[in-house]
Amino acid sequence: VRRADVGSLQRRNDRLRRRRIVNRSMEAVAWLAAAIAVAILGVVVWSVARQGVSQLSWDFLTKPQNLYVPTAPQGLSNAFVGSLVIVGIATAMALPVGVLVAIYVNEFAPRLIRNFVSLVLDVLTGVPAIVLAFFVFYLIVVPTHHQSGLAASFALAIIILPLVARATIEVLTLVPNSLREAALGLGAPRWRTTLGVVLPQTIGGVLTAATLAVARAAGETAPVLILSSLVGAGTSWNPLHPLMSVPLAIFELTDQPDQLSHERAWAGAFVLVMFILVASLGARWLATRSRRKLGQATR
Amino acid sequence: VSTLDTTTDTARRPFPGRRLRLGDFLLQVIAGLAVVVVLVLVGLLVYKIVQGARLSLSTFGLGFITTDVWDPVHLTFGAAPFVFGTAVTSIGALVIATPLALGIALFLSELAPRGILAPVTALVETLAALPSVVLGLWGLIVLAPFLLHHVDPALHSALGFIPLFGQATYGSNIFTAIVVLTIMILPIVSSISRELFLGVPAEMKEAALALGATRWEMVRGVVLPYARGGVAAAMILGLGRAVGEAIAVTQVVGGLSGTGISWNLFNPGDTLGSKIAEEYQGASSGLELSSLLYLALILLVLSLVVNLFAQVIVRRVARRQGALAR
Repeated sequence: VRRADVGSLQRRNDRLRRRRIVNRSMEAVAWLAAAIAVAILGVVVWSVARQGVSQLSWDFLTKPQNLYVPTAPQGLSNAFVGSLVIVGIATAMALPVGVLVAIYVNEFAPRLIRNFVSLVLDVLTGVPAIVLAFFVFYLIVVPTHHQSGLAASFALAIIILPLVARATIEVLTLVPNSLREAALGLGAPRWRTTLGVVLPQTIGGVLTAATLAVARAAGETAPVLILSSLVGAGTSWNPLHPLMSVPLAIFELTDQPDQLSHERAWAGAFVLVMFILVASLGARWLATRSRRKLGQATR
Repeated sequence: VSTLDTTTDTARRPFPGRRLRLGDFLLQVIAGLAVVVVLVLVGLLVYKIVQGARLSLSTFGLGFITTDVWDPVHLTFGAAPFVFGTAVTSIGALVIATPLALGIALFLSELAPRGILAPVTALVETLAALPSVVLGLWGLIVLAPFLLHHVDPALHSALGFIPLFGQATYGSNIFTAIVVLTIMILPIVSSISRELFLGVPAEMKEAALALGATRWEMVRGVVLPYARGGVAAAMILGLGRAVGEAIAVTQVVGGLSGTGISWNLFNPGDTLGSKIAEEYQGASSGLELSSLLYLALILLVLSLVVNLFAQVIVRRVARRQGALAR
C-alpha cells in the first residue's frame, strides 16, 4: 500500500512539473514575441527619427522645392502649405456632415435605420483609399479635365467623415438621458435640447475624433497621388490647382535614385510623423479631459 | 453593450399629441440630409467604379480575373497576377503577424511588469499612427537591402526545396512587401486583441487559477476561448487593411515587368493596389483605363466582403458577450 502511494505521488509530481514547464515555455514564447515585435517597431521609429533629424534645417521648413536645380538648398514648404490647404478643406467638409449624421443616427433615427447607417459607416471606413481616390478621379477629375487640390480634399473628406461620425455617435450615447429629459422637461424644444444641451457635452469627444481623423488624412498618399500630383513649381495656396503635399513629396522623393532626394524624403517623413504624434497626443489629452467632464455630468 | 442604448425610446419620441415644431423639423431634415449625402456617396462610389469598368467587363467578362496577361500593345488585360500578388502578400502578412500580435497582446495583458507596460503600449500605438508612405520609405531604404543580403539567402538555403523560397536578385520583392504589411497590421491586431483579453471577466480567470490551473492553462482554457471571435474579427480587419494598402506596397514590391505569376516570394510582383497606383496615369487606351477600374472594382468587392464579414463577427460576439454579462 505504501509503495503504491509513493508511486502515485511520484506521477502527480511529474505531471505538475510538466505543466509548470509548459507554462514557463509559453510565457517565454509570449515574452519573445513581444520582444521581436518591439525590436521591429523600435527600429522603424528609430530610423525615421535618426535619419530625419539629421536632415532638418531652417531652409527645409521655409523654402519650397526647386525642381530645376535639385542640388540647390531647398525644403518642402510648398508641400507643407499644400497639405495644410488640402487637409483643412477636407476637415471643413467632413466635420459638420459627420456630426450631423451622428445627431440624426443617435437622436432621431429609428433603430433599424440606426443599425443600417452604422453598418454603412463601418463599411465606408474599410474601403481602400486608392479605390476612393479612383472614384473621385472619375467623379471630378475626368469631367473637369484637370487635377486639383480640391479633388484631393474631397477624397480625404470621405476618409475623415465616417471616422468622425462613428466617434460622435459613441460620445452621444454616453450623454446621460437625464440631461435630455431635464431640458425637455423645462420646455426646451428638441432641437434646442440637442444643439444647446446634448451637443456641447460631446465637444471634447468630437474634437478628439476629428484630430485623430485629420492626422490619419494628413498621412494618406493615394488620394493626393491620383488627384493632385501634376504640380507646378513654387508654393501655391490655390486649391483649384494641383497642390504638392507632404506624403506625395515623400513618395516621389523615395522613387528618385539619388541620395539627396532620399535625405529629403526622410526629413519630410520626420516632420509628418511628428505632426501625427503631436496630434495624437493632443487628442488623447482632449479625450481624458472630456471624459472627466462627462463623468462629472453623470454624477 | 447596454450603454449603446441609453437613449431610450421614450426620450426619442416626441410627446404624443404635441405639434412638431419648426426648429425640430429643420434639425431633423438637415441631419437627415447629411445621412442621405453619405448613402448617396456610397451608392455613387459603387456606381462610378462599375460604370468605369464596364468596357473592360463587357470585353473580358469574369475571365479577366483568371487571365495572366497585361499587354497594352495587344489590348489584352487580365487581373490574375495582381489578384495573386494581393492574396500572397496579405495572407503572408497575416500569417506572420497573427502569432506575434497574440504574443504581444498576451504579454501586455497578462505578463508585462508595470514598468515595461507603458513604453511598449506607446510604441505599438506610435506604429499604428505611422503613415504608410513613411513605412514604405523605410521598407525600401532600410529593410529591402537588409532582407536581400541577410534574410533572403538564409531562407533560400534553409527552405530552398519549397518553390516559395527561390533565388533573390532584387531587394524590392513580394517578401519585402509581406514584411512591410506585417509591420502595418501588427499594431491593429495586437491592440484589438489586448482590449479583448483585458475584457475577459476577472472572476472567470480567478476561477481557473483557483482550480489550480497554471497561467498558461488559464489563458488557453479561459482567455483565448472567450476572446476567440473578437480575435478572428481583428485578424479579418488586419487582412482588410493589408488587401487595400497600395502606397507602401508600391514602394517596395518592385513591379511586374512582363512576367506573370511567380511562386518565388523573392521575385518582384504587383498587387491590385500597386498596379493602379503605378498605371493610372500611363493608361494609353480607354480599354486599359477601364481595366484598371476593373482592378479597383475587384479591390472594392474584396474589401466590402472582408469588412462585412468582420462586422458580422463583431456584432455576434458583442451579442453573445452581452448575454454572458447579463
